[in-house]
Amino acid sequence: MGQNKSVEFATGLFIFLGLLALFFLITQTTNISAYGGEGYSVTARFANVGSLKVRAPVALAGVTIGRVENITVDPERLDAIVTLTIDSRYGQIPADSSASILTSGLLGEKYVGIDPGADTENLQQGDEVLFTQSAIVLENLISKYLFDSASGGDE
Amino acid sequence: MADNDVLIEIRGLKYSRGSTVIFDGIDVDIRKGEVTAFMGPSGTGKTTLLRLITGQLRPDAGTIRVSGEEVAGLDRNALYDLRKRMGFLFQNGALLTDLSVFENVAFPLREHTRLPDPLIRDMVMMKLQAVGLRGTASMTPAELSGGMARRIALARAIVMDPEMIFYDEPFVGLDPISMGQIVRLIKRLNEALGLTSVVVSHDVAEISEVSDCIYLLAGGRVVARGSPQQLRESDSEWVRQFMEGLADGPVPFHYPAPEIRDDLLGEGKRA
Amino acid sequence: MTLLNDLRKGFAEFLATFGAVSIFLLRILADTPRALLRPGLIFRQVHVVGANSLVLIMMAGLFVGMVLGLQFYNTMSKFGAEQSLGPVVVLALVRELGPVVTALLFAGRAGTALASEIGLMKATEQLAGMEMMAVDPMRYVVVPRFLGAFIAMPLLTAIFNAIAILGAWAVAVQMMGMDGGQFWAPMPDNVDVYDDVLGGVMKSVFFGAAAGLLAVFEGYRAYPTAEGVSRATTRTVVVTAMSVLVLDYMLTAILI
Repeated sequence: MGQNKSVEFATGLFIFLGLLALFFLITQTTNISAYGGEGYSVTARFANVGSLKVRAPVALAGVTIGRVENITVDPERLDAIVTLTIDSRYGQIPADSSASILTSGLLGEKYVGIDPGADTENLQQGDEVLFTQSAIVLENLISKYLFDSASGGDE
Repeated sequence: MADNDVLIEIRGLKYSRGSTVIFDGIDVDIRKGEVTAFMGPSGTGKTTLLRLITGQLRPDAGTIRVSGEEVAGLDRNALYDLRKRMGFLFQNGALLTDLSVFENVAFPLREHTRLPDPLIRDMVMMKLQAVGLRGTASMTPAELSGGMARRIALARAIVMDPEMIFYDEPFVGLDPISMGQIVRLIKRLNEALGLTSVVVSHDVAEISEVSDCIYLLAGGRVVARGSPQQLRESDSEWVRQFMEGLADGPVPFHYPAPEIRDDLLGEGKRA
Repeated sequence: MTLLNDLRKGFAEFLATFGAVSIFLLRILADTPRALLRPGLIFRQVHVVGANSLVLIMMAGLFVGMVLGLQFYNTMSKFGAEQSLGPVVVLALVRELGPVVTALLFAGRAGTALASEIGLMKATEQLAGMEMMAVDPMRYVVVPRFLGAFIAMPLLTAIFNAIAILGAWAVAVQMMGMDGGQFWAPMPDNVDVYDDVLGGVMKSVFFGAAAGLLAVFEGYRAYPTAEGVSRATTRTVVVTAMSVLVLDYMLTAILI
């Protein structure tokens, strides 16, 4: 029976270490703090979301304040509706703020940046962000440049 | 002897392994309270017979009835219930290597009963005492000699007080003293507990000492049957060859092969 | 011609083995509920399988992590991309290296031990002995060992990953002089709990099931001789390694 006790102890220790390691991995290396916590949802419409993905960050002044919850297409107006979940701690975003789809770094992933407006009213659950800026698509940029330089060259 | 009811009844048993016919229709009666032995040349399937009776194998044809129940027709649970009434002594003991001697003997009790520890301890110690190895209780199987391991396995086989016990080649590989010990135990258990015993062996002297009824198996059939006295007085060639250990007889010395002249001269022709 | 024949025979054999393994898995799953009534047996196996592999896994994790730190730091500092070191190391480990390397080491250490143990019990008639004592060897011997491997593998993988990350940190920050904050800070932005970490955990769960299943299967159907047991042991490593790598590709394709 004594042998059983030390077996139990060693097993318990092993399982404990394993769970501890898992806990360390999850909390220290990942973005888990972005999940959980209360939040409120707002929507925004974009003509082009580029490569924006669900769970991409929503940032204000460069600080992550929420996540992209959902991206769908409006079948009537034929633009994209992006649902943003913003942490409840940041409930004072003016209702006339604008949302843009930006790129983090030179070749980084797309995220949604919020530019604060000046309204006295704040965004509430279910509101729509009215001022939006679509993602910059490289091909459009290049063709715009070519078009401009072509028309400029004509003169 | 108490009533001579037939405990195990076998009729028309047929069993083949691949293309080899092992049993070609045999009839056997094993009587309650008696020691019944199965003897025969190596390879006649004596161990296979035990496995058929205990349900480890299924016969191709024929019936095997234990206490009136057809063994082959039992489902897993019923088969396990039947086996709880049986004790089985394997040729090498088959003790569980990661348990102590005590735990090995206690194993059936722990698995099948909810008896409290002190009671289990008493029962185990009593069985170990019966086989004369109470002092080895805390040893591991690795520390036991072959004879001792077999006796511990015997203690384990009887710890649930079974109705019948099967011995698979219990005398093989033992020195004369250990052999004498096992013989004595088989006899004592049978006499003291009325334990129906089935022994499979080819040790003629030991079997004759211990058995009430001997079946001689050869070529897939029962070639002789009777008490040790009857077999000694028999004039059947099979029985003579086996009981006296003659090198040649109904069981041939030469394994079937082409004529030796052809073998030797044929080689010469090819060269 | 014979090559084609061999391939056909090999494929037929593979299918037959695959079928046998699947049937065995069903038997194990059928017996699992009642085996769970004996947690003592299962925990004993978690100990045998997990705790005994612990030192190996920890050492392997440490050195793999250190090598990753060294290699990636070396390359990335040439491009001025040191700030990606932390995330890259974590992602490589948590998504791929951790589960796969742990599973391969496990197959070699614990898998072979399981297979040879069961095979030996078969050869010395202990399994038949249990059957005769009306104890189901599946429930007493096979299922607890399978569950032990199944439980131990994710834990071992987590430990491997954690120690490997610390090893990379030790090399990059302590040895190569990188800034500690630069190592840890970029991680949360680039490592996703669900996609990356839990995806890796799911992989290790599947690998644990595969490794455990194949080890007990080979042991259970080993030929009951010394040669048979040793062949079963060797086959366990080979088959588990291949299965882990194939499963890895399939799971990666699903998860990505």
